[in-house]
Amino acid sequence: MRALEPWVEAPLQSFLAESSARLTLLMTTSGQVVAQHGFGRSLDVMTAAALGAGIVASTEELARLMGAGRFGALVHHGPRQSCLLSAFGTPRGRWIGLVVFGEETSVGIVQLFFDQMVQQLTDAAPREQAPAPKLAENFEHELNASLRALFGR
Amino acid sequence: MTATQATLDRLTRIPGVRGALIASAADGLVVAEQLMDGIDGRAAAALTGSLVARLGRTTVAAGVRPPVFLHLRGDQGSILAAPGEELVLVVVVGPAANLGLARLEMLDAAGRLG
Repeated sequence: MRALEPWVEAPLQSFLAESSARLTLLMTTSGQVVAQHGFGRSLDVMTAAALGAGIVASTEELARLMGAGRFGALVHHGPRQSCLLSAFGTPRGRWIGLVVFGEETSVGIVQLFFDQMVQQLTDAAPREQAPAPKLAENFEHELNASLRALFGR
Repeated sequence: MTATQATLDRLTRIPGVRGALIASAADGLVVAEQLMDGIDGRAAAALTGSLVARLGRTTVAAGVRPPVFLHLRGDQGSILAAPGEELVLVVVVGPAANLGLARLEMLDAAGRLG
């Protein structure tokens, strides 16, 4: 498990221990990765983050069109692996969790401890202002720095 | 009144029972519930469903049949679970509950729920 900010580590570690999730990705709604567990390649993380952020944006717009506010979570049930995608508010802005889990756990357990992790993240988040948006000229440098932090290389 | 509601109604009338719920065995999600205030049905369904699934795998690995009834006893009461094929019946009882009657009703209900 690797996280860009240290206060994310304890809630995520607790979630991973309790839920038995195989892969977990925490990201902002723009697809910037905050923490990851289980991914072996940076390309996989970037692809999953981009797709996850896109799906959340699509479903939130769909919910708005239906007058449903926001969907709480999207669960995709597969025969051997399932996926939970959920957006949530934090003091650092709106984040997205992407969790892949298998038959060794259940969607009920994953949702239960995911909600617990969200509460712990909200409690643990530093209250100071979020950093200013990254400038385009620094984007590649910031991206590479984030990937080094997330993959340790 | 549906069959699931009737089942929960009968179980919650047993002295000492603080709540009953039916959960999906595969997902650990609540199907129906009748619980007193202060009992988190979502957590009870998810955790008991997980426990039942793990115990089922354990007994199969040990070469014996999966359990038909679970009794998790604590200081302040017990959690009872009767797994069916697709559903799990879960009952939360206080320390002075009529466990024998609860067990009989649960096994009967689990057989009907499937």
